[in-house]
Amino acid sequence: MIEPFETRPHDVLVMGAGGAGLRAAIAAKEAGADVGLMCKSLLGKAHTVMAEGGIASSLANLDPQDGWQVHFADTMRGGKNLNNWRMVELFAKEAPDRVYELEHWGAVFDRTPEGKIMQRAFGGHTYRRLCHVGDRTGLELIRTLQDRAVALGIPVYMEVTATTLFTDGDRIAGAFGYFRKDGRFVLFPAKAIVLATGGWGKLYQYTSMSWESTGDGAALAYRAGAVLQDMEMLQFHPTGMLWPPGVRGLLVTEGVRGEGGILKNSKGERFMERIDPVRKDLATRDVVARAIATEVAEGRGSPHGGVFLDITHRGADFIKRKLPNMYDQFESLANVDITKEPMEVYPTNHYTMGGVRVDAETGSSTLDGLFAAGEVACGLHGANRLGGNSLSDLLVFGKRAGDAAAAFAKERAAGKVPESAVADEQRRVCEPFSREEGENPYALHRELQETMQQNVGIFRVESELRTALNDVLTLQRRVKNVRASGSQVYNPGWHAGFDVQNMLTLAEAIVRSAIERKESRGGHWRTDYPQTDPEYGSKNFITTRKDGTMKISTLPIPPIPRELAALLAEGSPTREVRQKT
Amino acid sequence: MIEQGHDSVTLRVFRGDASGGEGREYTVETLPGMVVLDALHTIQAEQDQTLAVRWNCKAARCGSCSAEVNGRPRLLCKTRLDEFVGTIDVQPMKTFPLIKDLVTDVAFNYEVNKKIQPFTPKEQGPFRIMQEDVDRVQEFRKCIECFLCQDVCHVLREHGQYSAYYGPRYMVRIAALEMHPMDAADRRELLHGDAGVQYCNITKCCEELCPEHIHITDNAIIPLKERVADVHWDPLGWAIRRVTGKS
Repeated sequence: MIEPFETRPHDVLVMGAGGAGLRAAIAAKEAGADVGLMCKSLLGKAHTVMAEGGIASSLANLDPQDGWQVHFADTMRGGKNLNNWRMVELFAKEAPDRVYELEHWGAVFDRTPEGKIMQRAFGGHTYRRLCHVGDRTGLELIRTLQDRAVALGIPVYMEVTATTLFTDGDRIAGAFGYFRKDGRFVLFPAKAIVLATGGWGKLYQYTSMSWESTGDGAALAYRAGAVLQDMEMLQFHPTGMLWPPGVRGLLVTEGVRGEGGILKNSKGERFMERIDPVRKDLATRDVVARAIATEVAEGRGSPHGGVFLDITHRGADFIKRKLPNMYDQFESLANVDITKEPMEVYPTNHYTMGGVRVDAETGSSTLDGLFAAGEVACGLHGANRLGGNSLSDLLVFGKRAGDAAAAFAKERAAGKVPESAVADEQRRVCEPFSREEGENPYALHRELQETMQQNVGIFRVESELRTALNDVLTLQRRVKNVRASGSQVYNPGWHAGFDVQNMLTLAEAIVRSAIERKESRGGHWRTDYPQTDPEYGSKNFITTRKDGTMKISTLPIPPIPRELAALLAEGSPTREVRQKT
Repeated sequence: MIEQGHDSVTLRVFRGDASGGEGREYTVETLPGMVVLDALHTIQAEQDQTLAVRWNCKAARCGSCSAEVNGRPRLLCKTRLDEFVGTIDVQPMKTFPLIKDLVTDVAFNYEVNKKIQPFTPKEQGPFRIMQEDVDRVQEFRKCIECFLCQDVCHVLREHGQYSAYYGPRYMVRIAALEMHPMDAADRRELLHGDAGVQYCNITKCCEELCPEHIHITDNAIIPLKERVADVHWDPLGWAIRRVTGKS
């Protein structure tokens, strides 16, 4: 028996309405495709709104020596050369156009005294490179793209839970899910799909990520047959809020350090001077996060087990103008006046460098017709992302994926979704209601978060990773018996069951890849293998599904062309400049 | 459920849908610094998974978790439990149709938004704009679209003038466009017509509770009213016509 469902066919379906999804939808629409945009929240609420510091782009408005070559080199070095160098090249070259385009669509950036777009310093960037609007750059980006998408008349399907991707043979054929508002089922047949569903920080207890970040897109893609890459690579942002417990994990923007904030331990020592004498507090995030965790572990932590971040020396007027959200956040949630006293901070899970393996030029995954852009895709950031590179990533590769999806849809006929497949999926989705007894999805989620936080954190060791793997596999068995009560109308317990299933899939990929990468590099630090091993630096870890089970393998990184390698070499202009500054 | 030595709080949360409902009481254990949204999450996880509340960032950036706490429109993620003594009453926004529990249908806002002419650049970029010329526009662009201003606006809330007035949020959006130094469009006819700026009677309720502290009335609506008056009510021209008899 098949329940009624809506059918919304499109040439291109974009899943996710954060920066990457909106930019992809705009590109596909402008390329002449019929586009539908589907999202998990209301339009304009996606995790992109939480981005604070800025958009990295070598406009060279303040530092004329900057250019794509330096941005390329910084990004590769930040990623410990695990990056897809072709993606980095395209990214560094195209980011300026994407920023100016935003301005042309109405974005209002902070200005230099000459009236150009203002840029600020950030970790790992040789020059002042982050175009920003105070500490609410993500909001500016998403609102600008939202206005543009609305002006183009793109239909938006809000508050949809996607439960599966349908394939027809070896190509994508559509997506299925339901509107949370009333539980109504909906099928989106599509010639091409762009995944722009973001990261999966909700695997961790302490994360700066929003509710949405449960990795639905990556998990759905994996189940549909696409390949995941470098799943062990997660970023812990050095500065999350620590106290009170109700707000633990909330982001404290790197902009605080970009604007002169200093990290200190309980002895008042500026410990980053010891760790990285050149970049100090603006070393890359992996380095600063490890330094903070080490200070605390060695007994030099703050009262609640973190370190101090102090910007009081910049004065109240400056702080309130450049970091208004931070001022407000600490005042209202922690009773701390950051113009008068230091903040207490500790690393928080912030970004997933790993994700769907994509082609650099088009963002196409290994599954025909399925594209991915933004945080859900893997390749640009390598083993560690530089702050500010995420927003330009969304713009550059959102556009590329949208363009490519539109071109794909023009050339190809639609795949078929048999009604029996829809009926099977409906049955599966409704199963939680049929159980008299069963698991509480919130309890499963909490257990997953605890094991990930404890065993797959900043410092990793094989024995703990094995513990996490066992826990995850046990939870995967239990989640099959998840129960929902009540009706299908806006029922968060029902939705949570699907979120947890997705997170458990990705957790397994993370832990299995982390066990295999027996070295330390960027966001992946093994205390049992503390060295960076050049052997591992030449390969990506690949997660594939074979006969229903997960397999981890490796693929070699293609050799970097000579002209790009020259930009990274010791003694290259980019290198010398850094050492001088 | 509450262990000894732990603090607890009792919330009365509206449960129901468009056909009716009532406040139901829940008691939850608290930690220092918890906000109302945390307490609702605890209820979902431990007592009732079907409790519907819309949320996303839990950092006062996205504007999803708007509701009314002890009668006042607030963001649930920014409202600390320790502000209150006694039972905390949590209700959905009144101005929008109820879907379930604390979740309302805010589609009105998205529909209104579509009618506003978007940014229309005067020239090709990159622009040269001075900071002092965009300070005001940046204030408006801080809006997180929580719709609390729409919720509290008398014109919408008490008088139900949904077809006559776009509401404060969209006055702010129009102001941001009209005052953008590189925008070439003129939205005064829209303001006087469909958008209904004249319906605002400047009680400033919206401005008082804006979580982004945008001076909605003083900086957006009043200047917009003045712009509209320039074209639609011209007392000097009226006086001249009276004296000279010319039309």
